[in-house]
Amino acid sequence: MNIEGKRVIWKEYQKEIADDHYFYVRSCVRQSFFPGSETTFLRILRDELGKDVYENPFHTTCTGIAYHGDILPFETTMTVIARQFALMTEAGYENYIPSCITSFGLYSEVLDTWHHFPEIEKKVRDFLKKATGKEFEKPKNLAHASDIIFKFRKEITSKAKFKLVNRFTGDPIKVVEHIGCHYSKMFPSKGVGGAEYPYVLAGLIEEWGGDVIDYPERRHCCGFGFRQYLIRANRGYSIACSRKKFESMQPYKPDAILTNCPGCPYFLDRWQYAISEMEGKTYGVDGQGIPVLTYEELAGMVLGYDPWDIGLQIHQVPVEPLLDKIGIPYDSQKKFQGKNGENLGQPATAHSLTFYQG
Amino acid sequence: MIDFGYNINADRQIDYDRNDRRLARYILEHEPTFRICISCGTCTATCSAGNFTYLNLREMIVLIKRGEAKNIKSDIEKCMLCGKCQLACPRGVNTRNIILTINRAIERLDF
Repeated sequence: MNIEGKRVIWKEYQKEIADDHYFYVRSCVRQSFFPGSETTFLRILRDELGKDVYENPFHTTCTGIAYHGDILPFETTMTVIARQFALMTEAGYENYIPSCITSFGLYSEVLDTWHHFPEIEKKVRDFLKKATGKEFEKPKNLAHASDIIFKFRKEITSKAKFKLVNRFTGDPIKVVEHIGCHYSKMFPSKGVGGAEYPYVLAGLIEEWGGDVIDYPERRHCCGFGFRQYLIRANRGYSIACSRKKFESMQPYKPDAILTNCPGCPYFLDRWQYAISEMEGKTYGVDGQGIPVLTYEELAGMVLGYDPWDIGLQIHQVPVEPLLDKIGIPYDSQKKFQGKNGENLGQPATAHSLTFYQG
Repeated sequence: MIDFGYNINADRQIDYDRNDRRLARYILEHEPTFRICISCGTCTATCSAGNFTYLNLREMIVLIKRGEAKNIKSDIEKCMLCGKCQLACPRGVNTRNIILTINRAIERLDF
């Protein structure tokens, strides 16, 4: 990747990220898509970095899916978000950390709306007071969870057990990064590195020894996009977006795809399976697909966490080829063992996507 | 293959690197006025055959330039070579010769 010009852009787009005392809010969909990711984030922050992170069980969805699906009006969304801020205020925190990119984009949108239209903020405060009796302070610092991992990437390196290096060839692992659209496309100044060449994931890959691969459709949407996915008949558009990205990245032979949004890893992972079943077309080496990771999973991998503890067995595209390349040990027999050794059952083998035999 | 209840939409991107532009190159070589067409559609508006069939010279020229003229053989057969399009063209494009050149190209390039 030619990064000379990008470095200049990255210098211009720096954001303030709080050091400690985080009010962390989970994503509504990530907990079922990639349940190990958020747990790994908390484990890294609390156990590795010794940070104070608070979670409130009364936190709800930000309404992002319904809002972007044209089901909820903006006033409702703003009031729900105001309630989340009220929970943060009640808990005595000021640094708001959403796990979800859609939420992060929506919080940025709401705060920007209130900044430009204080009368709307006042109206929403009235709505919240009438509905719940709550009041709130706006967060002093709003950062996405991937910003936090980015901020502490060097600390993670100092504790890392593995580098992103292919142990067979000695070459850096080749990673394509995919940033969620709502991270910085709407508000470039809110993302590390801006909208055109966000640095938040590229910085992680570089720091941990991997190679960032540029490819033509790098900034194309993964295909989630809410409306084109929510209705089944529209999903052809969603899967076409993902296929466009796969076709574009395939010639560069990436070892993995790194993402920071709830929808992106899900769609880039599951659509590889769907395309293989619909057209017989597979990507990656030997028809095994290209493993798709979340930033927490990658951080957990370099820190040497058990791959099954961080939820890599939930992926549709097997991650074992990547683990083998880096040299991360895993026990195949325990892949589908749940908590306390409970057998989760083995999924049926895909028709076209090759089942990995280590 | 599994039917999930939806298909993968065709890509609508115009990819000049992948598309077959042999026909466009052949016409440019044999009828240089092909280059100055601005796709205004005057030819299509005055076309007698186009009143009764789906013959759209403007569309054909756009698709040939993109390298996406998949149905060119069946489309071109509808032209009666009356030449009204050539009289009406504000740019002086030799549309009749373009049609004749397309016919020759179809034979020679095996379209």
